[in-house]
Formats: sequence, C-alpha cells, structure tokens
Amino acid sequence: MTDELPRTDVTANAAAGDTPPAAGQPLLRIEGVAKTFGTFRAVDSVSLDIKAGEFFALLGPSGCGKTTLLRMLAGFEAPDEGRILLGGKDIAQALPHQRPVNMMFQNYALFPHLSVRDNIAFGLKRAGLVRADIATRVAEMVALVKLEGLEKRKPDHLSGGQRQRVALARALARRPQLLLLDEPLAALDKKLRESTQAELMELQRRLGTTFIIVTHDQEEAMTMASRIGVMKSGKLAQVAAPRELYEAPRSRWIAEFVGDVNVFDGEFKLRDGHRLVIATRDAGTLVTAEPREPVGETKLSVAIRPEKVKLSRRGPVSEAGREMAINSLDGVIADICYLGGTTTYKVKLDAGGTMQASVVNSARLDVDAYSVNQNVVAWFTPDDCVVLQS
Amino acid sequence: MRKVSRLSRFNIASLTLGLAFLYLPILILVIYSFNASRLVTVWGGWSLRWYHEFFNDRAMIEAAWMSLRVAVSSATIATLLGTLAAVALSRGERFRGRTLFSGTLYAPLVMPEVITGLSLLLLFVALNAERGFWTVTIAHTTLTMCFVAVVVQSRLGSLDRSLEEAAMDLGCDPVRAFVAVTLPLIAPAIVAGWMLAFTLSLDDLVIASFTTGPGSATLPIRIYSEVRLGVKPEINAICTLVIALIAIVIVIASLASKLSSSRGESAAPL
Repeated sequence: MTDELPRTDVTANAAAGDTPPAAGQPLLRIEGVAKTFGTFRAVDSVSLDIKAGEFFALLGPSGCGKTTLLRMLAGFEAPDEGRILLGGKDIAQALPHQRPVNMMFQNYALFPHLSVRDNIAFGLKRAGLVRADIATRVAEMVALVKLEGLEKRKPDHLSGGQRQRVALARALARRPQLLLLDEPLAALDKKLRESTQAELMELQRRLGTTFIIVTHDQEEAMTMASRIGVMKSGKLAQVAAPRELYEAPRSRWIAEFVGDVNVFDGEFKLRDGHRLVIATRDAGTLVTAEPREPVGETKLSVAIRPEKVKLSRRGPVSEAGREMAINSLDGVIADICYLGGTTTYKVKLDAGGTMQASVVNSARLDVDAYSVNQNVVAWFTPDDCVVLQS
Repeated sequence: MRKVSRLSRFNIASLTLGLAFLYLPILILVIYSFNASRLVTVWGGWSLRWYHEFFNDRAMIEAAWMSLRVAVSSATIATLLGTLAAVALSRGERFRGRTLFSGTLYAPLVMPEVITGLSLLLLFVALNAERGFWTVTIAHTTLTMCFVAVVVQSRLGSLDRSLEEAAMDLGCDPVRAFVAVTLPLIAPAIVAGWMLAFTLSLDDLVIASFTTGPGSATLPIRIYSEVRLGVKPEINAICTLVIALIAIVIVIASLASKLSSSRGESAAPL
C-alpha cells in the first residue's frame, strides 16, 4: 500500500506540458460548450469551472447530455461551440491521446486479450516509460486497488467488482490531471456499490486527483461528490454542494429530481417581515421564510422535504408544537410505507392535498407509530419550506 | 463445465446417417485411391501405385503447384482487401454511398460464378492481358474478398467500440489503437477468412476455366479434363491429397480459434 504518490508525472503527461495548478485553483474551465447531433442539441452552452482536487458529479436523467459532456472532456467528441481549458490551455479540439485526461468507461472496456497487468501497463507503455518504471507503477496500482495476486488473470476470469478495480487502476496509472468516470458503479450490486463508493472517495482524497463522475443516481452523487452539477436537456440546471442542492434547489424540477419532496402550488399573499404568506390550493395558507433569491410576487410553489414534516396526534398536546411550528395541517393517515430505518406516511390533508412525512423509527416498539385512518397534525416551520417560482 | 450428456438412440441414428451422407462418398474415394487395379470400380488390393503415378505426372504436379500458388496469393490479397473493406464499413464515418458500397462488395456472394467468370474474361480480353497465373489470381481475389469481408465485419460488429476509445484514451492515436487492440481481437476472424478464401480458390473450377490461359491450368481444371477422357485411379489419389490438405487447414484453423478464445475472448467461467 502506497500512502504517498507523486502528484504529477511529467513523462506520462508529456502531452500536457505544464504542471497542473495547485489545489483550489480552477483546473478545468468549460466555456459555452455546445454539441449538436443532427438537430438534437445534446449539450447546450454549458459553462463550468472545476477546481483542482475536486470530486465533481454530473447528475441528470438519461439523455440529459451528461455523458456527451464527459466524452467531450475525454476527446471522443469535439464541441461545436465553446472552449475547454485545462490548466489554461484549450483542449477542445485535441485528440484523446493528446490530453492528460483519462477515462473509466461504464462497461470498463478492459482489453480482453490482455492480462490485468498488461491492461494496467497499456497506457504506461504508450507514455514511453522504461520497463522497470512500468513494473513499479503497475505494482503500485495493483496495491492501490487491492488486486494483488490477480495480475496474470484475463478480464473474463474476474468478478464484476474486480473488473471495476482494474478499470480504475488502468485509468489512474498514467496519473492523469483529470479522471473521468462514466457511471463507474452502475454495474455493481447495491452492497458492493456502497463499499466501492467509500473506497473511491478515499482514493480520490489520497491521490488528490480531480475526479469528474457522471451518474444518474442522485444518492451516489450526494455521497461522493463535493459539488454536483445537475443537467437537464443539455443545460446545467444548478451547480451546488450536495446539501445546498438538496435544501435549496433552484427549481421545482431539481427539487423533485433530487430526493422526495412535497410541492404545493399557490399564490403570494403578503410579506410579514422576513416571512412570506402563500395561499396554496391544496394545503391552505403556509408561512415560509423569505427565499434567498428574490421571487416575483405572483404564482409560487412551496416545497417541503418529507423528513422536515413532523406528525402529531390531534389534541391539546399538539397545540404547543402547532404554535411554534406556525405551519400545521390537519389530516388523516392514508398510506404507510415502512422502510426499516424510517417510515413514510402519506397524509391526506383536510385542505385537499396529500403530504408525505418521513419519520425516523427511533423506538423499536411501535409506540410512536400511526395507523391508517388515524387523525394527525402535520407540522413544519417556515424555514423548512423552500419557495420556488412556479 | 457443461456435463457431457449421453446421446439418445435417436440422436445416434441421425448423427450416423448424417455423417454417412456427408462422408461415405469421400471415404470410398479415399479407399479406392489405394486400389491396385487399373479399373476404378474394381477392387484389386492395396497399393500406392497411383500416388506414385501422380508424383511422376509432370502436368498434374504443375497444375497442383499452380493451384496452390493461386490459392495462397489470392487468399492473401483477398484477406488484405476484405479486412480493409470490413473496417471501412463498420468503423468509418457514415460516408455517402456506404450502403451502395456494401451492396456492391457483397454482390459476388450471390452472383452466379459463370457470370463473374465471363465478365472477368471479357475484361481481361479487353485489356489485352495475357491470361495465366495473374488473371486467375485476380479473379479468385474478386470471388473470395467478399467472404473475408463478411467474416471480419461480423467480428468487428460484435466488438465493443469503447475498447478502441479506451486505447486512444490511454495514449494511442487511432492507427495504433487499431493495431494494438482491434487487430488482435479480430485476428481469429482474419485467419478464418484467409482459410475460407484459400479453400474457395483451391476448389474453384468455373471462374478459373474462364480466366486461365493455355499452359496454366489449375488442378480442378486439369482433373476435370482428365475425367472427361475417363476416370483414372490417379484422380482418386490426387483428390485424397487435396482432402488431406484441406483437413489439415481446417484443423489448424479451429485450433487457432480455440486458442484465441481460451486467451480470453469468450466468457469462460472459472
């Protein structure tokens, strides 16, 4: 196990010429990049800065252009418009082998006719390293991804998880300034995916290499990335840290794409200090905190995450909470979805709509549980609400 | 490993019948090639006489040598051109007229040999080319190239394109990526294509008889003209040798493909 790996390798990255910027400086700058296939605009004027040492995730549903954007970074597609600056140099039209960038493919793309060792050494041979250096580097990589003893195997004789490691080692062997990962965990089962997520993060932290990962799995993006760019129809909808993305989504679409959410459409009524009063169609009048970005005083939506919604039995006991929470809605439990750690209750509100409330099952016995058709109060504070332009 | 299951009675019967249908005539031919009698249909004891006769038959040996040279050179040229065509068709950009190109490439597959032979003859006459080794080689290349292209293209089609992309990502320019990754993976198909072209050329009579000239007959032409004067047991000996040669080629081909698949192309569970 090697704890200290040199950050850059001039030989392997001869094509790049210059050394990468120090951590924190923008390593990659994407400026107004666009790509059209026929009449379909796959990537539409995307601009983005990625700092050296960042773990960045491109998140979006399939067909949103995230893979096309990644392939443009790798050099498999040339952008029709815009510039891609890596360490200050425009690489938009450079061929894949001329970039200090490596990619880990979704299906791993391991060379079936080569052993694990030769797969990892493939890029090093092309970089013109001498035989002894290649052997050292391969051993280093094998140790890094814990593949000791499997060096002579062919990819067909490896499990899915082992193949994933070989692909990772092969992509990292050239010590790229930027590692691109296309749905790297999609082919693994859930348990293996979780442990591999942790290993990838640990590896990224230790090597300090900038990672850009493409994924459609919002949990995966939230777990691993320090920043997430959400893509929709070829455009970047929001770029933010996971927490901000979840708690302060910029649009209703993002709020619904990232996690579960209750959304109520309504109209602005009045402003009371730092509070807005919004009359919703399905949940009565709600009081919300003033949004960070000013909103037009017309049609608005209020979004509340299910875990922000607390439930209480109706009656005098709940009155105190009601007062504090400000927002409290009467309803009836309509549906219960037990998930082990949490239970999601679907509450049919007296005002007409339905609201999901996610409750942590902190007690083993079902003393806190509600049953179907029970009358409850769903309550939440103004700060729990996100106001979105409809 | 798959369990070797016992064959049912029905399977044994149908297998025996099928094999007999295919190989009984050949078996009889092989046996009769060792016949001591002058008469083809009368058994006169074992002898190597007709093999001896063949090796002293200058004209026949020359024809066999001619056939071999034509088969090797036309198969080699056809493999080169066919592979290039297959690569262009499956890897190239979607160029204008691509469908037309693939259509014309595969036309000889379905074209009656008489037409191919006749048209080539007309071409060679028009060009005033001296007919002989080269005209037959060119004609056989035309015939066999499309077979090679079909075999190689199907292999290329089943190959994951991201393998080449991975090679480029790891520092290969497109040509290097092809040589380092694609070529080793399609090599079995190329070898198979060569073998196919070789055997097709070796046994072609129609096209060769149209395109060859005096003094450069191929073995099938020579045998055919001999047989018209009456079948000599020597023909049996020659045919047995050809069968042996083809059998050897096929065994080598299947060994090669088995070797390459055990090198990790097919999914081989541990």
